Amino acid sequence: MIVIVSTWEIISKSNLFPTFMFPPLLIPNDPGGVTVLSTFVNGLISGQILEATGVTLSRLLVGFAIAVVLGLTFGFLISRYKWVDDTLGFFVTALQSIPSIVWFPLAIVWFGLGNISILFIVAIGATWTMTVNSSTGFKNVPSLYLNAARTLGSSGFHLARTVILPASVPHLISGLRVAWAFAWRAIMAGELLGGSGGLGYLLDMGRSLQSMDLVLSIMIVIGIIGTIMDNQVFRRMERSVARKWGMGA
Amino acid sequence: MKVNLEQVNKTFPKGKNDSLHVLQDIDLKIEAGEFVSLLGPSGCGKSTILNLIAGLDHPTSGDVYVNGQKVKGPGTDRVVVFQQGGLFPWMNVLDNVTYGLLLKNMSKKEAQEKAMEGLRMVHLGNFTKSFPHELSGGMKQRVAIARSLVMDPDVLLMDEPFAALDEQTRIILHQELQEIWEKTGKTILFITHNIREALTLSERVLLMSTRPGAIKNSFTVQASRPRDPSDSVLVQLEKRVMSELEEEMEKVLKEEFGDGYRLKTSAVRDRNREHMGDHI
Repeated sequence: MIVIVSTWEIISKSNLFPTFMFPPLLIPNDPGGVTVLSTFVNGLISGQILEATGVTLSRLLVGFAIAVVLGLTFGFLISRYKWVDDTLGFFVTALQSIPSIVWFPLAIVWFGLGNISILFIVAIGATWTMTVNSSTGFKNVPSLYLNAARTLGSSGFHLARTVILPASVPHLISGLRVAWAFAWRAIMAGELLGGSGGLGYLLDMGRSLQSMDLVLSIMIVIGIIGTIMDNQVFRRMERSVARKWGMGA
Repeated sequence: MKVNLEQVNKTFPKGKNDSLHVLQDIDLKIEAGEFVSLLGPSGCGKSTILNLIAGLDHPTSGDVYVNGQKVKGPGTDRVVVFQQGGLFPWMNVLDNVTYGLLLKNMSKKEAQEKAMEGLRMVHLGNFTKSFPHELSGGMKQRVAIARSLVMDPDVLLMDEPFAALDEQTRIILHQELQEIWEKTGKTILFITHNIREALTLSERVLLMSTRPGAIKNSFTVQASRPRDPSDSVLVQLEKRVMSELEEEMEKVLKEEFGDGYRLKTSAVRDRNREHMGDHI
């Protein structure tokens, strides 16, 4: 970390590149000049970055939630019905290989340039991974648990809720994790191209104002949010499942 | 008559045009309150019979009746204790045991009381909050037995429930299962490949032949309870069952290793006679 930061500072101060292209992280190159740190702190204080983060996160959460619901539903149908697996299941593999930003032109034509288009590509970016992971999870529920539940009188929706869903939780968590990463990529691309507000929009502004200090600040924000999500949400979920099931720990 | 199988056949598809005949003309009757063991070498279709009675599988032809009613699917009048227990790892012991009770629209309080009663019967009253992975193999099977018993089934189906346990635990659970059977008077069908286990527990042992599976012979165990493995009645019976079982084993092994395989080799018969008289 220290090595990376100091290397960056040295390159920045070596005058190889103009300051706007390679802004210093901590120490200004000329008195009163910009640093990434100061832009970051000012952005937080003025609320510019916080506001944009809020906009992006709320879009992300809505799109992600839609993707999770759709993914679980598709996954369940694929695991439950052979013909859905043969048709949709095959199709999903193809869809999964299409980067979600490719849908953007279509989304703009369908929904206009705005929130809905961005939500659309976020959702579509995360849905397919979620579908693949949840169908794998549902298919791999040991028949022992299903048989045990059925002889105890469970069936239909009750069986899905009390056995199939909890038994595939380990698969679902890894699905959520990957889907979350895909959703992030989708939303940044979407906002860069045509979002009002949001971190992607701020990035685009940073580009047009040629203030790379802003761009780098936003990258830091994204990194921090990603780390927090991973450590506080997904890791914690994994650990609690591992503890309960007696795996690993 | 609690359980009645009439001319039951079962074939499984194997490959494209082939099929595997697993059960052939099974006729089986179990009276109310009887403890019957189904004994046979692995792969003879004994678990298939249990699955048919449980309603987890359907016969290719023939009918299965429980309480005079035709079996169409799983039902809570026939609960299974599986070899691996089948406890849900995401639920604690109490939730596992109340699972079926709550499905019967029992109130939560009532279900928990009943579950506690069942857990105390298998001496696990203090482990209600534990998760299955925290229990030993024997304790898991106790929970599985409790989970089945609280459902108050007409027939308790046990699919090699103690096969994965160590010998000491198994002996203890044999005693406890006998006590439970005497106390509750349940009809029990017990699947096993262990002759001694079958003889120790049951009143009647059904020996299965293999490929296709059929019921070969029936032995009534007339020994006093609690059973003692050194009881002369059991020892004699064990010898008889063993010799019949060996025939079946040989059949399986011959199929796997070719006709040259014999379980009992004979030095006289197998001696090489080509050079006989060479020394003269």
